[in-house]
Amino acid sequence: MTEELHDVRLTVNGVAHDVQVPARRLLSDALRHDLALTGTHVGCEHGVCGACTVLVDGRPMRSCLMFAVSAVDAEITTVEGLTEPDGSLGPVQQAFAECHGLQCGFCTPGFLTTITAGLRENPRPTHDECRDMIAGNLCRCTGYQNIVKAVERAAAIQQAASVEERA
Amino acid sequence: MTTKLMGTPVQRVEDQRFLRGLGRYVDDVAAGQDVLHAAVLRSPHAHARILDIDVDEVLDLEGVHAVWTYDDLAGPMAEPLPLLIPHPALSHGRTQYALAKDEVNHVGEAIAFVVADDRYVAEDAVGRIKVSYDFLPAVVGIDNARAATHLVHDDVPGNVGARLEQNVGDAPTAIEKAPHRLELDLTIERSACMPMEGRGTVARWDADINRMQVWTSTQTSTGVRAAVAVKLGLDLGQVDVITPDVGGGFGVKINHPWPEELLVPLAARTLGRTVKFTEDRREHFISSAHERGQVHHVSVGFDDEGRLLGLDVEFWHDHGAYTPYGLIVPIITSTQLLGPYKPQNYRVVFESLYTNTVMVTPYRGAGRPQGCYTMERTMDAIAQYLGKDRTEVRAVNFIQPDEFPYDQGLIFQDGRELEYDSGDYPASLEKIKALIGWDDFPTFRDSMAAAGRKVGIGLACYVEGTGVGPYEGAHVHIETSGKVKVATGLTTQGQGHATVFAQLVADELGVKFEDVEVVTGDTRRMPYAVGTFASRAAVMSGSAIHLAAKRAKEKVLKIAADALEADPKDLQIVDGVVSVKGSPGTSIDLGTVSVLSNPLRYAFDEASKAATQFSVGDPGKPPVPEDEEPGLEGKDFYSPERATFASGMHAAIVETDPLTAEIRILKYAVVHDCGHLINPMIVEGQIHGGVAQGIGGALYERMVYDESGQLLNASFMDFLMPYVTEIPDGIAIDHLETPSPLNPLGIKGAGEAGVIPSAAVFAAAIEDAEGFPITAMPISPSELFELRQTRKDTP
Amino acid sequence: MKPAPFDYRRPGSLPEALEALAGEPNAKVLAGGQSLVPLLSMRLAAPAMLVDINGLPGLADITVDASGVRIGALARHADVLASADVRRVQPLVSEALAHVAHATIRNRGTTVGSIVHADAAAEMPVVLSLVGGSVEVASVRGTRTIAADDLYVGPLETSLAHDEIATSAFFPALAPGAGVAFEEIARRHGDYALCGGGAVVDGDSVRVGYVSVADVPTVVDLSGVPLGELGEAALAHLEPADDIHATAAYRAQLVRVLTERVVRAAMAATSSKENPA
Repeated sequence: MTEELHDVRLTVNGVAHDVQVPARRLLSDALRHDLALTGTHVGCEHGVCGACTVLVDGRPMRSCLMFAVSAVDAEITTVEGLTEPDGSLGPVQQAFAECHGLQCGFCTPGFLTTITAGLRENPRPTHDECRDMIAGNLCRCTGYQNIVKAVERAAAIQQAASVEERA
Repeated sequence: MTTKLMGTPVQRVEDQRFLRGLGRYVDDVAAGQDVLHAAVLRSPHAHARILDIDVDEVLDLEGVHAVWTYDDLAGPMAEPLPLLIPHPALSHGRTQYALAKDEVNHVGEAIAFVVADDRYVAEDAVGRIKVSYDFLPAVVGIDNARAATHLVHDDVPGNVGARLEQNVGDAPTAIEKAPHRLELDLTIERSACMPMEGRGTVARWDADINRMQVWTSTQTSTGVRAAVAVKLGLDLGQVDVITPDVGGGFGVKINHPWPEELLVPLAARTLGRTVKFTEDRREHFISSAHERGQVHHVSVGFDDEGRLLGLDVEFWHDHGAYTPYGLIVPIITSTQLLGPYKPQNYRVVFESLYTNTVMVTPYRGAGRPQGCYTMERTMDAIAQYLGKDRTEVRAVNFIQPDEFPYDQGLIFQDGRELEYDSGDYPASLEKIKALIGWDDFPTFRDSMAAAGRKVGIGLACYVEGTGVGPYEGAHVHIETSGKVKVATGLTTQGQGHATVFAQLVADELGVKFEDVEVVTGDTRRMPYAVGTFASRAAVMSGSAIHLAAKRAKEKVLKIAADALEADPKDLQIVDGVVSVKGSPGTSIDLGTVSVLSNPLRYAFDEASKAATQFSVGDPGKPPVPEDEEPGLEGKDFYSPERATFASGMHAAIVETDPLTAEIRILKYAVVHDCGHLINPMIVEGQIHGGVAQGIGGALYERMVYDESGQLLNASFMDFLMPYVTEIPDGIAIDHLETPSPLNPLGIKGAGEAGVIPSAAVFAAAIEDAEGFPITAMPISPSELFELRQTRKDTP
Repeated sequence: MKPAPFDYRRPGSLPEALEALAGEPNAKVLAGGQSLVPLLSMRLAAPAMLVDINGLPGLADITVDASGVRIGALARHADVLASADVRRVQPLVSEALAHVAHATIRNRGTTVGSIVHADAAAEMPVVLSLVGGSVEVASVRGTRTIAADDLYVGPLETSLAHDEIATSAFFPALAPGAGVAFEEIARRHGDYALCGGGAVVDGDSVRVGYVSVADVPTVVDLSGVPLGELGEAALAHLEPADDIHATAAYRAQLVRVLTERVVRAAMAATSSKENPA
């Protein structure tokens, strides 16, 4: 029995990729193994840990709970897409570096995508809202203390940048 | 003068890679390339004889390249996996086969290995393998193991793998004669490291050069290398093991070789293809190691002040189905249990028991959490009995600052004497009391009680042997560009080694931090190494790197002195430039010194050209004089006499809901002494993570086996690792820096400390809130509720 | 943990979808997939075919009028939760949705999908029962409306035929002057509840629905029961069970505590409604 392959166009970080995948290929696997975008990590494959979180049309979703064939009409953003066009770190990435918001780095991509979307929706979060924003992602290294600081710092960096833009 | 980086919160260099999604974890290796993927058929039964394995239905499945069972293994691969750390007391050590031979002893044990075009097809194939079993009764839990109604291994009587006793003085007699005596029974359940990244291995056999390259998510690349060579019949020189970025270890990745670490290279050689195995989460639960499960019985004798006169501890350690890692965990419990105290007379005896569950190897803390829990609960019980403040009872038992080095009279995990090098426990106690607000707590308790709320406070002290030997090494190479390449053999799982080790090199060599690049865990760069465990990386590799950088510096100064016609003693190195002190114009940069260090000087670049203005060497001697080597390198090893002992104290205030028995952490405080800090930001990060893991272990996480040996909560839905919502908002941390006299930097390990006292602290705090003993951890609201009911029923 | 192979259809219209479903008895509908995909990856389910309805037009609508809230099969939890109209007309839907998993799951998961997954540990099935809602289902044979009372027939089992798709769910508007409340106790924030309760208080009528207490979504009528006795009265109708996270006795205790809390909160919401600004 040969498994049927589907022609799928995945738009990731603004770039269209045409791949042939079986229907059962998880979006996480398609990103990692078909597109070699290995920044998206797989921690549990049952939607609990959040390491595989990507933005689908701007919203954080678990890429391990989606099939690649089902993502055809979507704009997907992975951690690789959070870096500025000139290669410098985006504001959330920068905040993580400054606040020591990561250790082994495995869960980090899921936090970065989630926070990026969260700050877009709520650019001036309170401290409790910062904690809420990351409440669906597991980290085994940091005890979350510095991740919460990084959310606050990222909001500050973005605010400073938008003030600068307006000036 | 360059600012010293030691002791400063330098931002991590590795983050630049991780934050861009450019980390390279084992499953990322060869991603997008034509590689084969492996899957493993694992036993669904806890204890059974294998009667037959039928793989016929797999063979015609498209995309399957190999399916192996035990019968397909030959030579050393058909022998049991190694028992890494034998011990005379381990009279009945047993290890598994790479693929089960005749019998399975836990749910999850590897039975067959499939290689296919992708993991999906490999799992399809696994699903088609038919195994017939003859079921055997499963031995689950310490009580059943001790009862020994059934045996895990037919030839291990009583399910006892080992029994070890150590004595200092005569504890039973001292207890007998003591004015006061208490007995306690204390239990801790199984848990697991549970790194976000499971295990994984990629191997590629290069037939052109007869060489095996293995990438594996391990805490010891050199160990895996030796195992692969022996098991596959290769020379050590034919095997390279490269540890890529590792998504957390916490102990489970120190055990080796895992079956897949051998089967993947074997498949790569057999099939001539790159082969990858990436463990999934369910597999990690049922086939990687667990820890913590122990039952303790304490007898203690003490005087009116609460001073220990004799301590007698008997405990039972559940090591699961096999013992590849020997007795390390129970030995650590039995020795580190003593913490900062002088027991006067101490007897400890343990039995290490077989059960039909996943095997046990060290998990962050490695037996210390159980030891700390046992000792600290005993201290609390003594205080309760005497009606004294819990901190007073501890204080009278402390080893005093002027008593170091202090020999506890026991043999530690490394086979050396348990001799504490330094510490200041009374100072730590003062700090933790201030940090948690110990003396103000009664007032707080009263005000909360007035509002109908129940709160409790607990504290626990620990001493942690860190930086155990035997050795680590380092190699420092100054390239002609002036950049410094550093290699050490132990591996990294998120501790920021590339940053802290670069700090040490920058300080010692006088180079810019950003010019230093550190590689860890690559046997091509440093073939002699031990591994990352026992909070030893900073102490061991940090010291080795410091020493290697010193050697490189000596050579720099010698060559530079020759070139600048100066005395080495008059030279300084600042930002990668060697100059004569007080005469900054007379200088030479490190790149040029590197060119000069090699008599073969093709003018490839500006550095080579710049070197032509200098003349070095004695024209009367060979270009490379005797006892010298070309190149600007330094290599050294650090091998301490014994471990260095870090210490600390944690305290917590908790609130328990009178109706729902929910347990809320109101405050958590840590006082930590790991000697001099290399990077305080990283040390605090380690503490944060340890505390969170400790909270998980005390209040949320456990391995729930049913009586047939099925693990009932093998998923992140039911194994309750804390989210941010379960961790307090803020952890108060204070440091004490009592330097170690045993290493050149005065440092002690910090990696495991955060997790050690958690069970003790929370048991104490909940007990304080509730007013009845908490003797089994972890504890859930449901269990707390049931304990309340029992108290009500039996007044 | 990878799904077994399956045939995949991504129809562009509802009739096409119904056709595909009718043609394969062992087909499953894929909407948000937040419950289904883990089951597939663990190979606890292995349907022969998935009919992916994410490409169907018009099913993502959330329609609110005076009679109630109609939620289309492709409306994501997050969209329903964000709707101020939904919160105004049937606040229990919004209050319960805030407890559904984590935000990221709510971004993909659908409310209707959760309702027909029929998990008694989930919030939305019991909310549908509690407010007396219904689902609209379609098949090649036509459409029909199934009242919540007729929907849940067993653990994880509904009265939908294998070839039927739930196209929308309807939650009637909260009666004027009525009040609602919803609360849960979970081991970790965002986990399935150890016990959850939603209350609707409308005049003398007091009804409470429970999460994770029975094996089907269960509603108990507590009208006329005095405050302070609500929990025990509820337990007369419930048999909480043991699992690895809670003993039956503890779960019963949570029923006592939560019943009292949600009824009082719903009553408080009632009185606040009586004084419209």
